[in-house]
Amino acid sequence: MDKRKVKFLAGSLIIVASIAWLGFSGFDESLAYYKTVDELKQMKDDAYDKRLRVAGNVVADSIVHSPGNVKFKLEQKGDVISVNYVGKDLLPDTFKDGAQAMAEGHLSRSGEFQASKIQAKCASKYEATYNVKQEKS
Amino acid sequence: MLALVSDFGQFCMLFAFCLSCYAIVASLVGGRLGNRRLVETAERSVMAVCGMVTLTVFSLWYQLLNDNFNLQYVAANSNRAMPWFYKFGALWGGQEGSLVFWCWILSLFSLTTVLMNLKKNRNLMPYVVGVISMVTTFFLLVNNFVANPFDMIGVIRPGSAVATPFTPMDGNGLSALLQYWAMVIHPPILYTGYVGFTIPFAFAIAALITRDLDEEWIRTTRRWMMVPWLFQGVGVLLGAKWAYVVLGWGGYWGWDPVENASLMPWLAATAFLHSVIMQERKGMMKVWNMVLILSTFLLCIFGTFLTRSGIVSSVHSFAQSPIGPYFSSFLFLMISLSAYLLLTRLDSLKSENRLDSVVSRESSFLFNNLILLASMFAILWGTIFPIITEYLQNEKRTVSAPFYNKVNIPIGLFLLFLTGVGPLLAWRKTSMQSLKRNFTMPTIAALMTGAVFFAFGMRHFYSMVCLILCVFVMATIVAEFHRGANARRRQGESYLQALWILTFRNTRRYGGYIVHVAMVFLFVGFAGAGFNRDVQKEMGPGESVEIGSYSLILEKVTNKDNPNYASAVAVMKVYQNGKLIDTLLPERRFYKAKEEPTTEVALRSSLKEDLYVVLSGFTPSTSRAVMHVFLNPLVAWIWIGGLVFMLGTVVCLTPDRHEKAMQKVAAPVEAEELAKA
Repeated sequence: MDKRKVKFLAGSLIIVASIAWLGFSGFDESLAYYKTVDELKQMKDDAYDKRLRVAGNVVADSIVHSPGNVKFKLEQKGDVISVNYVGKDLLPDTFKDGAQAMAEGHLSRSGEFQASKIQAKCASKYEATYNVKQEKS
Repeated sequence: MLALVSDFGQFCMLFAFCLSCYAIVASLVGGRLGNRRLVETAERSVMAVCGMVTLTVFSLWYQLLNDNFNLQYVAANSNRAMPWFYKFGALWGGQEGSLVFWCWILSLFSLTTVLMNLKKNRNLMPYVVGVISMVTTFFLLVNNFVANPFDMIGVIRPGSAVATPFTPMDGNGLSALLQYWAMVIHPPILYTGYVGFTIPFAFAIAALITRDLDEEWIRTTRRWMMVPWLFQGVGVLLGAKWAYVVLGWGGYWGWDPVENASLMPWLAATAFLHSVIMQERKGMMKVWNMVLILSTFLLCIFGTFLTRSGIVSSVHSFAQSPIGPYFSSFLFLMISLSAYLLLTRLDSLKSENRLDSVVSRESSFLFNNLILLASMFAILWGTIFPIITEYLQNEKRTVSAPFYNKVNIPIGLFLLFLTGVGPLLAWRKTSMQSLKRNFTMPTIAALMTGAVFFAFGMRHFYSMVCLILCVFVMATIVAEFHRGANARRRQGESYLQALWILTFRNTRRYGGYIVHVAMVFLFVGFAGAGFNRDVQKEMGPGESVEIGSYSLILEKVTNKDNPNYASAVAVMKVYQNGKLIDTLLPERRFYKAKEEPTTEVALRSSLKEDLYVVLSGFTPSTSRAVMHVFLNPLVAWIWIGGLVFMLGTVVCLTPDRHEKAMQKVAAPVEAEELAKA
């Protein structure tokens, strides 16, 4: 192999390696497990000390606002979990009873999920389709 | 009448599908047998498909504008109270309609391609038409048999086994987040980008099949690549603007899967537009260019699959839908076809030159491509990571913004650096003397900027590096224009005249510089993010909140009501240095049809900074307004960059004197050398 090729390969390798290194270090920082509420329950003790994103539906009438935090319950396939939201951002517009929500944070030993971030979307109405049976008159 | 038009639309869509199937067979068989007339029938079918899909789209528009809620699509995406332009835009507001729309743009592109190549590229055209028709057929297949926008709502009444048509009183309405002016233009522009990449793909496949891999096809392809590239770029920026103004979280880019999906093909196309110069001038990187064209298109299809199959979650949530398997099958088919053709044609794609020096134009293109692709792969990896882990470990794991930022900020800065350096390096090898001549002044300017920033107490590392590089790149570009104009001025032209003539004598080169200026503006805007500030405060009337040099006083909260939505408006008086400078009206709306609240951001934008005010809500106990105020420096430069980007690309696309000459002269390299001298 001639010298120029070596130079190019070395240059390219350095670039690729440094980008890969950046990627890996950034990866750990933002890596999280994505679980639905029922899957989280199945994890049992494995669920502690991990960064988690938990998805489920907001249980009707479970949202309680207090100064500094918001408590609510998420439900999926019959399993329910209590969430304590302590993040500084206000809850999104789409967050309300029945909405599909995702809480990011960790599970405390008390069994309550401590969330620092909430995302929500109105699953029921966002892209609604008419169901033949529901329209029965 | 409504039902009649709906049936007519349905019929046209089906007929278009049949015609398109015919076009595939006729063009491929015609090409194979060398039967010119058969190929011509295929081309006419492509024109007819365009007519049929146009009629389909108009029928659907007719349904939307006339509130035919008997159609599932209309009922789900429109309602009576919506203004007409949103009803119009509802065509691309949901899954089925947007696929029809997609198909329509594709058919318009196909028509243009056929019309422009009636006399040119005749050897390639049979296969170009064949590939385009394959893609069209696929979309029409999905539209006719899986996601049909003309499906009606039926009801099974007691005592009857069959469903009878049912028309609800009103529709669900367009999602409130979509009711924003950009809705009317952002999706069409972005789709034009996505869809347009089909044409270079078709040319690439045709060139591979025929082994006609000379300069002619790559020249045609470069132009066809640049048009969708322009639209895609503008579409992505419009999306960012939309997110910034509508979502109310103070940012414009969140590395959402759908955003990523739209950025990836653009990055691949950007890489191609650079490395294609290597092929035209030096006959190098032929395989690489081929890979870039093919993957740009494949990324478009992949992105569509990703965002519409419901396989990843995103703010753009198209619902879980049955179209996923169709898209993955189609994608698989296209990947196999591309890979097979590429691997069997490697011998025709040999490089005619080799790299000479690390400090040369060639190597700057090489590094430019390397890191553009690295960025693309990082984004791709992050986006599909949840799918991979779910498949491999049966456990979904996700990455978020910090990952993307960590990788892409350094990459972006390096790219910015190359933007300044690359165009001024000589081909083959750059002498020390020319390095000095070209870079002394920009380097001094950049270092001085850095010193000034540092003296003013600026400590954000990335933002500072970014702004220093911006000054550096800008200086190199200005110097280039200045040198060129000065040379012309000696011939008696005025300075401005010289600049003008200079640019339009060599549009590729100077248009390229203008696009680079746009990138500088974008990066100035990105750098601002390092200094974002925000405060959140619960406020009653008469209370104030401070941010930066601004002081905002909440005067009162008023309520409005109309059939589409009810809203609360906070009247905020903005003071700077004790002087009233503006009144901002952040708003919270409640859309009645969808029972959806939305945030209307109030924005006071200047070149220096954006004052961005959100009425986030009311505290449940005291009903006091919760205001979230952001101070985002330099954001306006991003939108200015977008405008300059459009301008530069249009200049690039304008044929110049030597490009016209190139079409006549056999050896393009010499012609370009001639024009430069």
